Amino acid sequence: MTAMSDSLKKKLKLKVSAIKDGTVIDHIPSENLFKVISILGLEKVKSQITFGFNFESEKMGSKALIKVSDVFFEDDEINKISLIARNAKLNIIRDYEVVEKRIVEVPDKVIGIVKCFNPKCITNNEEITTYFNVISKKPLDLKCKYCEKITHEDQMVIK
Amino acid sequence: MKKKDLISITDYSKEDYLRILELAADFEKNPNQRLLEGKVVASLFFEPSTRTRLSFETAINRLGGRIVGFSDAGSSSVSKGESLHDTIKMVSNYVDLIVMRHPLEGSSRYAAEVADVPVINAGDGANQHPTQTLLDMYSILKTQGTLDNINIFMIGDLKYGRTVHSLLMAMTEFHNPIFNFIAPEELSMPEEYKLFLNEKGIRYFEHTEINDNINHADIIYMTRVQKERFMDPIEYEKVKNVYILKNPMLKDTKLNMRILHPLPRINEIHPDVDKNEKAYYFTQARNGVYARQAIIAHILNLK
Repeated sequence: MTAMSDSLKKKLKLKVSAIKDGTVIDHIPSENLFKVISILGLEKVKSQITFGFNFESEKMGSKALIKVSDVFFEDDEINKISLIARNAKLNIIRDYEVVEKRIVEVPDKVIGIVKCFNPKCITNNEEITTYFNVISKKPLDLKCKYCEKITHEDQMVIK
Repeated sequence: MKKKDLISITDYSKEDYLRILELAADFEKNPNQRLLEGKVVASLFFEPSTRTRLSFETAINRLGGRIVGFSDAGSSSVSKGESLHDTIKMVSNYVDLIVMRHPLEGSSRYAAEVADVPVINAGDGANQHPTQTLLDMYSILKTQGTLDNINIFMIGDLKYGRTVHSLLMAMTEFHNPIFNFIAPEELSMPEEYKLFLNEKGIRYFEHTEINDNINHADIIYMTRVQKERFMDPIEYEKVKNVYILKNPMLKDTKLNMRILHPLPRINEIHPDVDKNEKAYYFTQARNGVYARQAIIAHILNLK
């Protein structure tokens, strides 16, 4: 992958318009953009949202980006996306300036979002919100509170 | 006050274990104590398990309690499509305690969250069966006089056998246990349990056949090698007769050694062994009633 040229960077900026106040979530894997939107419940947000995907990225090959006007996320909320957007970065924007940069962290508990890999787990057989304790963050290992089985990163399916 | 449940053996502390074992000894001395007089217990068996159900129901009867429930899902509203949530919510309105067996893993934990009354897990799929573990511990305590410094040989299906996993976890709460695992490679003790023992600095040894290594054992815990666990039927045929305990093998075993088995047994313990005074599995099953009386008394604060 070649380094992004200045003109490309400029074009990228033009493609996704700047916001006055709000949050920019960058470095989302393109294929998980819509999952991120769903996990954060952005479809219910009333303010202006722009997103784009399949942008070239030096580090990731292809990345997605979301700009949400007038919304600032709590850590608990934003950390939910860490499972599918490990390297996501947040820029907090106030008056067109980046005032804070944050990275997402894997939380200690994962509630909902992920399916238990065990087909015989009660959560795959009744309408129950899944609940996992994170027993390892890298590689990611999630222990189901109900069946006590461990869902490994490569078995993870987002609900 | 927060209600007490018994879902997974690791929910309980060493103090809880010791309290229950002490109560079990008391019930063994005096089994008929009408501490559950006027109370109703639900016995919900969503899959059949004659041994466990009768053991629980005997324990409840000896405590003077009344039982409502069903012995398989076919005779309950589950057959009409009712969710576990609704069944438990409804039953929880009627009774003082729920004893539950269910084929799905995690069902008991979920039921305990839904119910307003305590729940005892009488087996949730291949996950947990904590009352079996407590009766196993009671049997070890009774035959060895202690739960410290016990050398336990676990033989058979150590991969899927939930009873061996729970017993292993519980025994690590006591001083200096030693574990010996004898199993075919495809049914060997899972890595996670070996890692757990390593982390706790507890010694264990692995073998693939029964030989004079069993002469060191204080407890031999036999389990059934189940045909349905094998992907390849030829593999099953190869190992099915390897893990059979026969009377001559016990000749040089320790005098205090006792053989436990969660039952039912198929062919893994030869009937000749039954006459040996080291065979303890039928008494172990009787201990189940005292242990379950003790668990109920502990959970409902009856004593």
